[in-house]
Amino acid sequence: MDELLHTIPHIDRISHRGAFAGAGAKRTETFRARSGKDNKVLPSLEEAVRAAGLRDGMTISFHHHFRGGDHVVNQVLDTLAAMGFRDLTLAASSLADVHAPLIRHIQNGVVTHIETSGLRGQLAEEISRGLLECPVVFRSHGGRAAAIGSGEVHIDVAFLGAPSCDPYGNANGYSRDDDTSIACGSMGYARTDAKYADKVIILTNNLVRYPNAPWAIPEYDVDYIVVTDDIGDPAGIMSGATRYTKNPKELLIAQTAANVIDAAGYLYDGFSMQMGSGGASLAVARFLRQMMLEKKIRCRFALGGITGQITAMHEEGMIDRILDVQSFDLDAALSLKKNRFHHQIDATYYASFLFAAAVDQLDFVILSALEIDTNFNVNVLTGSDGVIRGAIGGHPDTAAGASLSVVVAPLTRGRIPTVIDRVNTIVTPGAVVDVVVTDQGIAVNPRRPEVAEKLKKAGMKVYTIQQLKDRAEALAGRPDPIRYKDRIVGVVMYRDNTVIDVIRQIDED
Amino acid sequence: MNGTRYVKDRLRRSMMFVPGNNPGMIADSRIYGADSIMFDLEDSVSLAEKDAARFLVYQALKTLDFGKKEIVVRVNDLGSGLGVRDLEAIIPAGVHVVRLPKTDGPQDIIDCEREIARIEQAHGIPVGATGMMAAIESAGGVLNAREIARASDRLIGIALGAEDYVTDLKTVRSDGTELFFARSMILHAARAAGIAALDTVYSDVNDEEGFLAEVELIHKLGFDGKSVINPRQIAPLHRAFIPSERDLRKAYDVIAAIEEANARGSGVISLNGKMIDRPIVLRARRLIALAEADRMAREE
Repeated sequence: MDELLHTIPHIDRISHRGAFAGAGAKRTETFRARSGKDNKVLPSLEEAVRAAGLRDGMTISFHHHFRGGDHVVNQVLDTLAAMGFRDLTLAASSLADVHAPLIRHIQNGVVTHIETSGLRGQLAEEISRGLLECPVVFRSHGGRAAAIGSGEVHIDVAFLGAPSCDPYGNANGYSRDDDTSIACGSMGYARTDAKYADKVIILTNNLVRYPNAPWAIPEYDVDYIVVTDDIGDPAGIMSGATRYTKNPKELLIAQTAANVIDAAGYLYDGFSMQMGSGGASLAVARFLRQMMLEKKIRCRFALGGITGQITAMHEEGMIDRILDVQSFDLDAALSLKKNRFHHQIDATYYASFLFAAAVDQLDFVILSALEIDTNFNVNVLTGSDGVIRGAIGGHPDTAAGASLSVVVAPLTRGRIPTVIDRVNTIVTPGAVVDVVVTDQGIAVNPRRPEVAEKLKKAGMKVYTIQQLKDRAEALAGRPDPIRYKDRIVGVVMYRDNTVIDVIRQIDED
Repeated sequence: MNGTRYVKDRLRRSMMFVPGNNPGMIADSRIYGADSIMFDLEDSVSLAEKDAARFLVYQALKTLDFGKKEIVVRVNDLGSGLGVRDLEAIIPAGVHVVRLPKTDGPQDIIDCEREIARIEQAHGIPVGATGMMAAIESAGGVLNAREIARASDRLIGIALGAEDYVTDLKTVRSDGTELFFARSMILHAARAAGIAALDTVYSDVNDEEGFLAEVELIHKLGFDGKSVINPRQIAPLHRAFIPSERDLRKAYDVIAAIEEANARGSGVISLNGKMIDRPIVLRARRLIALAEADRMAREE
């Protein structure tokens, strides 16, 4: 047979793998019989870990689509600790209050480095007090996707919880086969991990028949599957619909933000938008909806973390398409399951700066803030006591991508001013923040004089950011500066993975 | 203004109740766009909190910037023994208007005015600088509305307090039928005295439809405005009181027509073939003034 190859003219220019040497054994058993045994399901997490070849010093990854209800991270780390692993890098798309048990694994040397979008609760407090030797690296959702895609962050083994998976690894955040109560909707962040990790282990409580279509993660990205009763607490993963706030101050801020968008000229037939899930930013949707009805216009697409408010407008025919990287509530998850034009996207498509991402097509985004400074820099990561208590999320990605980024926040929280001279931690630089809307007034970044002009023309009063800062101080006074130690406990990356700021250990002495 | 702290005739579509013992709400009170802010020392403050609330409102008046808002304080009635202490705190602090609760007759106003004048004098404040308004909350008070409205030059308006009133009448609040007489009486008394007529609160904050129906009713009757208990009620209330573009255009046409007629020295004024008489001109002027006041209030 080999001689035949030599007779083919220009064989060196034809891609081939030699001559045909037989087709191998042909299988005859039924599809059903086959999928029962010849598949990727392993009997235990330990076996999957061994099969994946995990070693000390490697990087493991997790997604945060189960939010406060996640049991996967703790379960996997407990197993890895029991198996004697050490010196692991934990690269999660985000971490929450529920992950406090990680403290023990850090103290025991199982985890020695963390990459995440955010930290909250006890774990965050301990990190701020210097628990970890190596600083935690904080990346935006887009920055993380870019770092993983480019190989800057290399994932050895991804442990991905999935509310549905078939025996070959087609996994999703819901299932069209049944009504599982643990649906998380989109699995956008997990998809990027599955694509780039060397080995992928799916943990599921719901093994469905092949093919689990539609899937978020295709089987060719999955190596092993472990079936477990418990991947999370449904109540913590998501519940009902995110409710609109009744807080008059949040409503006032939301109404003002909606007016700003309209006056700035970004509310037209066919616009695109993203809004957060916080009280005020979510309420903007309600006022925009009213304005859209009055103007008889539609939104071409809504992006991002998706709530029931957005899906309700989609079902009313007011939003043509939804691009969903993360579903914030059960209504959003159900909509993803039933609505054809509610589309699941991955983190790379959402916000990676290495590609023309969906954030680059935004007209406007509504964002929240813990602190805003007089250079329009925004902090969403550290509290007024210097302790880590938040997540970057898609904040810098959407602020940079949207034509108009609107940051909404109360001017003071209790006796803490929100607008200050210098934010504790720069997460989103003022260079991409356009308008700040507070309960006490609006400020427009001097980079956008045309926006300020349009607002004034519409009869809105525009203050300088300095005036807002002065007003905050007049109301709440000037807080003493936070005392930090020299030691760096966190490194904050901008969306292009350059270091934009650091977080230091708090000084409690 | 000849030394007075209050403006007799001004925009008073909304008077927002703010409990006097809630520092957060006091600090935020100016942001919601209410025409008048009313700090309450009376019913929303429990007896144990009276001193703290009085001190808090005093400090708020002294230190916070409320812009051009009208600042009203509802004091406890003088019979309670708390009212005079309230007045002694808030008048030196610069309150614009004192709201007297449970006014049953003109004597209540006269008694209160005497105290106010005494306190003004003691603090070197021009006597007469502080305005007053009276809330009428009983059947007797409603019947005395006419005399109450004329009892003092300081009065900027009278208001209906419906919860106590309906209890006095042995009924409850329903669709507004039960308030029809009181509203008409108070409105007539106020108009005859040349002061403002202010309607009672609508307590079910979540019933926006019911609130709007009541607002439409009192606007039609002729009230200047209404007390509100939640900031969420302010925007819809104001919207109902803002003249429509069409009415405003008509008003400007009316004014243009009389100016033109005056220039010609003609006594007979007509617009699009219709006679324009004095009431039409008055209404047109009032409408334009309202639109202008609304514009200025929103810029503030």
